[in-house]
Amino acid sequence: MRIATRTAAITVLLLLGGVIIALIQGSIPAFREFGWGFLTAEHWNPATEKFGALAPIYGTLVTSFIAMLIGIPVSLGIAIFITELCPRSLKRPISTAIELLAGIPSIIYGIWGLFVLAPFLQAYVQPFLIALFAPVPVLSSLFSGPPYGIGIFTAGIILSIMVLPYITSVTRDVFETVPPVLKESAYGLGCTTWEVVRKVVLPYTQTGVIGGVMLGLGRALGETMAVTFVIGNAHRISASLLAPGTTISAAIANEFTEADGDLYTSSLIALGLLLFVITFIVLAGARLLLLRLQKRAGT
Amino acid sequence: MAINAAMYRRRRFGNVVVMASAWAAAASGLIVLAFILATLLYKGFSGLSLAVFTEMTPPPGSAGGLLNAIYGSVMMTLLGTAIGTPIGMLAGTYMAEYGRGSWLASVVRFINDVLLSAPSIVIGLFVYEIMVVHMGHFSAWAGGVALSLLVLPVVVRTTEDMLLLVPNGLREAASALGSPRWLMIVQVAYRAARAGMITGVLLAIARITGETAPLLFTALNNQFMSSNMNAPMANLPVVIFQFALSPYADWQKLAWTGALIITLAVLALNIGARSLSQSRTND
Repeated sequence: MRIATRTAAITVLLLLGGVIIALIQGSIPAFREFGWGFLTAEHWNPATEKFGALAPIYGTLVTSFIAMLIGIPVSLGIAIFITELCPRSLKRPISTAIELLAGIPSIIYGIWGLFVLAPFLQAYVQPFLIALFAPVPVLSSLFSGPPYGIGIFTAGIILSIMVLPYITSVTRDVFETVPPVLKESAYGLGCTTWEVVRKVVLPYTQTGVIGGVMLGLGRALGETMAVTFVIGNAHRISASLLAPGTTISAAIANEFTEADGDLYTSSLIALGLLLFVITFIVLAGARLLLLRLQKRAGT
Repeated sequence: MAINAAMYRRRRFGNVVVMASAWAAAASGLIVLAFILATLLYKGFSGLSLAVFTEMTPPPGSAGGLLNAIYGSVMMTLLGTAIGTPIGMLAGTYMAEYGRGSWLASVVRFINDVLLSAPSIVIGLFVYEIMVVHMGHFSAWAGGVALSLLVLPVVVRTTEDMLLLVPNGLREAASALGSPRWLMIVQVAYRAARAGMITGVLLAIARITGETAPLLFTALNNQFMSSNMNAPMANLPVVIFQFALSPYADWQKLAWTGALIITLAVLALNIGARSLSQSRTND
């Protein structure tokens, strides 16, 4: 049994190695053909077999950035609400409800985003943003063009809803590790709740909160189905956030089964490798931070 | 004194603003959840009928159901669970029992945590490379294997966590009675951690029930009923994906119904897993 369990544990390690090797192997033809230019070229043309990854990379980064911009403050707000404000009897139901958001499959967010959120944004939010930022120099180009409904902006909003539960549950857990005596002494000095959160809770839990945020970022970067529904799948970089775009995962999901020709398939696998490397770095960083926190709590 | 009163008011005001935002944040989270569920019920419920469970996915313009997709989803979920669970439990057992504190255990834990949140579409690409390319065609086997790779890290994680909660006194008592280590693990540690381990498996099943991305290019889709695991097989998530993005109204309606079925299944699994682990802690 010792040997059997050890073998199973090593299988997990081999799995990660296998994923990396298989992806590298699959992407060799693309990298051989395009070299480093693959990362910096914007054109993506299956007819002439010229592929560049810049548009999907740009889309992935920008949608995740929007998701973080909205998701982080809201998650922190929910965590503050649960730990500091919420009546004791409501604590559990609200935590459970927020965690159920994490359980909803991403395809549900996709279909909801396409049929409910996108038309709503198109009819109300996007025209408002266009009018609001029109006089502002830089922002006006970010929010220009017709309101399509689907596009980078909508994908970012959907992602921000999807990362909420992940960031919230980690920050709530680390907020609860703050020794009550620290908070009570701050209250005893006459601090308001916000001052206690900002000057006692947040500094104490800094590492954990950053770990939770990076965990959420990892999710946002790799999220596929929800984004595929609402991003519009256009291989170009537009100045406007309201325009359709694409992300690495959406490009793979949309095109992989239709890809004819080895170079096309290989380019998509190379995109997958890029995505894996990016998320691996983010997730490993998050885990290391959280691990360090656990060690500190242990001693 | 006047300055202090102004400062006090400012502090009070800042506090009220931030706390109101926290209330608003929590409320908006709950509203979004309620909104999504309400939309699903509203759009999915009207299409729910017996035909959904007894007829196959239709060509555009005619009536039909989701039978082949539901069947395929159940088969591949079963296969994924059947492969992923034993390996995951064994690996978790190694980390909590034999290799506790060892170098290998901590490396595996780290790698497992990374796999736990790795993008599922990358897992799909991996299985495509190792299975679909070599077999030369898409198949339900490949779909099941892809799902098992998503089950594995969840089960590893919960098994280890739950075994670590078992008090060492129990282990020592069993060993003092002369039981060998494997017997102690099977008869004592597993029994004590049973509820938690089952919770982990349920959560893993909930996770793969709605997974779409890894099935897109492993199991693909199939418009007809097929029980051949060596051929492309229909499954609910991919059918929802295709039908929702189609221009046909009746396909979109079926997609909503499928989405409702999946969500109810996933929420039921989640709530079941939760109540199981809560009844254990309340004992």
